[in-house]
Amino acid sequence: MSRQIVIGAGLLIALVVFPLLSPWSTVILTVALCEGLAALGILVLLRAGQVSFGHGLYFAFSAYVVAFMATARFGHEVLLLVPIATAASGLLAALIGLFIVRYRAIFFGMLNLAISMVFFSLLEKLFSITGGADGKRVPRPTLAGMTLERESFEFWMFYITLALCVVAALFVARYLLSPGGKALEAIKSNETRLEYLGVSSRKVLFGAYLLSGLLAGLGGAIIALVSGHVTPELAYWVRSGEFVFIAILGGAGGVAGPFLGALMFQIIRGYAAVYAPETWHAVLGVMLLIIIFFAPTGLYGLIAGKKRAAKPPAAVERAGAGQ
Amino acid sequence: MTDLILEARELELRFGGVQAANGASLQVRANERIAIIGPNGAGKTTFINLCTGYIKPQSGRVIFAGQDVTALSPRAITRLGIGRSFQIPQLFIENTVIENLLLALSAREGTWSPFLKLTKHPKVDEMWVLLEIVGLKDTGHRIVRELPEGMRKLIDIAVALALEPRLIFMDEPTSGVSSHEKFQVMDTLTRALDARATTAIFVEHDMDVVARYASRVAVWSGGRIALEGSPDEILNHPEVRETVIGAGV
Repeated sequence: MSRQIVIGAGLLIALVVFPLLSPWSTVILTVALCEGLAALGILVLLRAGQVSFGHGLYFAFSAYVVAFMATARFGHEVLLLVPIATAASGLLAALIGLFIVRYRAIFFGMLNLAISMVFFSLLEKLFSITGGADGKRVPRPTLAGMTLERESFEFWMFYITLALCVVAALFVARYLLSPGGKALEAIKSNETRLEYLGVSSRKVLFGAYLLSGLLAGLGGAIIALVSGHVTPELAYWVRSGEFVFIAILGGAGGVAGPFLGALMFQIIRGYAAVYAPETWHAVLGVMLLIIIFFAPTGLYGLIAGKKRAAKPPAAVERAGAGQ
Repeated sequence: MTDLILEARELELRFGGVQAANGASLQVRANERIAIIGPNGAGKTTFINLCTGYIKPQSGRVIFAGQDVTALSPRAITRLGIGRSFQIPQLFIENTVIENLLLALSAREGTWSPFLKLTKHPKVDEMWVLLEIVGLKDTGHRIVRELPEGMRKLIDIAVALALEPRLIFMDEPTSGVSSHEKFQVMDTLTRALDARATTAIFVEHDMDVVARYASRVAVWSGGRIALEGSPDEILNHPEVRETVIGAGV
């Protein structure tokens, strides 16, 4: 069984069981999963060597679509709101992706940041439409036609989110092993050869960008429903930075990484807020430094690395044997 | 010439004060094996870059199979049927040899399904044949970064061949390959080119390889093809012997 499956299965079992033993954790865990989805989108782009510092845009856009639709009582149903908001986010990613995939490295990262900050400003300034800095309340919608109490709603939303995360992670894992996923890696290692294969690196990156926008949008749609409130902060650069932080913390080596990172991020944030309320950002910073210096492959790499040290994979053995 | 596949017409390129191409012209017929020889640093690779869209000439035209490809991108030129391998191999070094070749086959076949695992590609058998052509069947599972330069050069050629080009440019295909393997590799490579009816233009410094595998030799000098002829004529030409080959040949 591959390390990815073992780590993913272990994480999944823990996530299925924990809320049953500690029902208070459902909202925190759902938030972590939503951030994990956005960080999974960042992971996809990292495979091409690109970092987006603006994926809060898609997270917030989707959340506001949910807020507007739920307020207008248009499609006041989870099973409608989530796919429609995610698709809207994907559409936005497609539009922005058309020109952003022309850029690489720092320009790619900064353009994403710039666009997300424009959106943040619009959300803040267009008070009469968006509610400004106060944001918008999201009335609790029905779930499969049922009107649920808050606790039940949160409980079921957690398991629906978990199921969606599993599907998303499996899809991304499959995609990364597919020709398109390997072409995405090729953008990082040798774009010249990719062009000399007759492959458009822009098209490859566009597909990945669209996927990452959809993933961030899915996370944003769910967080709007679970928190019951959206604010411009969802599009703020700090939020986008958190997604990158989570992706690095969790590790980009496997699709379980962003979810591991998101859970750890929530734990650090939770405890730091209690025990070091004035300096919890410093705690996060120190944590990031520790990861960068001592575990550059993130939590996923840390776990997977231990297994690798115990038993070298076949490819390493073959290489060691010489040719 | 009805079977003309490539025509470079009066290509001009100046970098700063250097005249890299100075009216370079070459006509290539289908199924020819043209060796381009010339002193190191004379601009032979620049000529390949001009013909494959990596650099655009300041004037002149490149016609491939009757179509003007001068202004086209490398991607468009590749899709029309021109492949190339590089002097410094251009590969996906963090991937395995298999993945490099299968990605080329995916590009050729247009197989981009997100549900298809690259290593389960329907053309996986063809990938092993390509590795056999360059004599590297045993290296398939190795990461390219771990391989010596000579092996990488051969993989670079196999990647270009995977696209089934009608015309292939190879920049010093046997440099870095051990002398006893050189002819073996060139023999299988030539057979593969013949079987696929692929025209080949290769830059080469090894005159034994030129003499044995080229059907025509072009001498690059002063930013253009200064001399053309059969291997016999060119390799025995006094000026070529003096300026290109040297007294030792």
